[in-house]
Amino acid sequence: MTVEAPTPLRPMVPPRRGPSPGDRDIASRGGEAPLATVGYDLFYGQAHALKNVTLEIEANGITAIIGPSGCGKSTLLRSFNRMNDLIPGVRTQGEVRVLGRNVLGSDVDVVALRRRVGMVFQRPNPFPKSIFENVVFGLRMLGIRNRRELEERCENSLRRAALWDEVKDRLHRSALALSGGQQQRLCIARCLAVEPEVILMDEPASALDPTATARIEELVVEFKSRYTIAVVTHNMQQAARISDRTAFMLAGALVEYGPTSELFTRPREKLTEDYITGRFG
Amino acid sequence: MTSPVLPSPLEVRGTALRRRVGNAAFTVACYAATVIVIVPLAFIVWHLVAKGASGVSLTFFTHLPKPVGESGGGMANAIIGTAELALIAAAIAVPVGVGAGLYLAEHGDGAFGAVVRTTADVLAGVPSIVIGVAAYGLVVVPMGGFSALAGGVALALLMLPTIARSTEEVVRLVPRSYREAALALGAPRWRVVHDVVLPAASAGVVTAILLAIARACGETAPLLFTALGSRFWSVAIDKPIASLPVYIFDYARAPYDDWNRQAWTAAFVLLALVTMLSALVRVAVRRIPRA
Repeated sequence: MTVEAPTPLRPMVPPRRGPSPGDRDIASRGGEAPLATVGYDLFYGQAHALKNVTLEIEANGITAIIGPSGCGKSTLLRSFNRMNDLIPGVRTQGEVRVLGRNVLGSDVDVVALRRRVGMVFQRPNPFPKSIFENVVFGLRMLGIRNRRELEERCENSLRRAALWDEVKDRLHRSALALSGGQQQRLCIARCLAVEPEVILMDEPASALDPTATARIEELVVEFKSRYTIAVVTHNMQQAARISDRTAFMLAGALVEYGPTSELFTRPREKLTEDYITGRFG
Repeated sequence: MTSPVLPSPLEVRGTALRRRVGNAAFTVACYAATVIVIVPLAFIVWHLVAKGASGVSLTFFTHLPKPVGESGGGMANAIIGTAELALIAAAIAVPVGVGAGLYLAEHGDGAFGAVVRTTADVLAGVPSIVIGVAAYGLVVVPMGGFSALAGGVALALLMLPTIARSTEEVVRLVPRSYREAALALGAPRWRVVHDVVLPAASAGVVTAILLAIARACGETAPLLFTALGSRFWSVAIDKPIASLPVYIFDYARAPYDDWNRQAWTAAFVLLALVTMLSALVRVAVRRIPRA
């Protein structure tokens, strides 16, 4: 189940098989990005799911990853907190760098990594516990037992997720009684409670109605001053609305990566243009 | 655009009739099967009530059996004994069985898991008398005598596969999204299982344990040469202990009418106790919040 790092001594920026569209960004920047992949490949058994992906996601901004179903965008996102470990038969090559460190390899403390890299999933997935217990779950994992501290952090997280006013009178009722949109904001609050530095969002609004989607989008935009956010979405309008930079993926490869305004108005690649104008996907 | 081809109204009516007949036939078959299931059970309950309920008295619950030849007396020691045997068995089988079930569900996809699963299934199919022989060899021989502990071990061996495999089934039903959510929050694997998966599956696990205990309470064969039986007060774990099923077995075969009547009463009481236990746990389980 562990992901191997076959070549741990790989140099920092090795375009192994010709340049990848992200290379230019790496070359042009001094400080290291909070999230980056370098010549990253991932295989599900025989299937080559990610192909030589080199990408840097910048701090305190929103990066959208778009592409048709099955292009590997979720797989890429889940590489940053090693959620692909759960899938048997996954092999990787290259580097996935999170907060300045290659996180592939069996010596990485995956639990510590996931505490710094929060994740919000496609379907709201609150635990079948009370609202309060959902929010403080991660804090309990950190060993925090003090009731007052848990309550404070719970309120704080719920406020930041714009859910406090709706649930403050029923914190100890089941989270499963909330609406889908509320459940997703609860999941966001749960993620914020452990004070991550990076938030990964895997199509966070695709199971929600338009109103709930709008609220989630507002939250994401609010968060960007404080967190580094990577959002996978199959909704191009959403990517255009909320993101600062957009990565377009196709068949496991990163096709184009750049400022959202440029990618949607003046795509450099023909494939990108075809996708965003609706010719396929 | 051509209009879609629809069958004529006549054909629709024809298939509708066929559908209605088929539907009715299947419904009748299902009802019939249900009746076939319920009738023998109702018959047993009716028989037990008719022959056993009349013997129920305070004496039955509070007194020891009378010596051979005297009539009257009760089976207080056997009621307590059955409860003690069930407790000993549960104390052994619940942690091991639930642990094995969790292992099978969470990590049991490899070759070792397959071996454990097959072993559990084989164990579930072993005749209960053979389980009794095994417990005799495991506990009675080393301890040098029959004991409540030996009876408890025998019943635990019977309960183990049921608990393990049922736990595996219900734990596998816990959505993967719960596990992912917990892992993504930085929970180590054991806390994911302990704090999220097991609570989410608890209603099913408790039901599985209860069913196993209820089954074990009625087992006679594994107790015959482990717990043996006793006509006296004993709650000592290392001494033979009385149990309702063994009393039923002994008293039903005895040539005394009074004993035969008491066997019916014991059977009725055993059924009532198991039913009450089961109802109690069902109410308790309903209080557990679930998905």
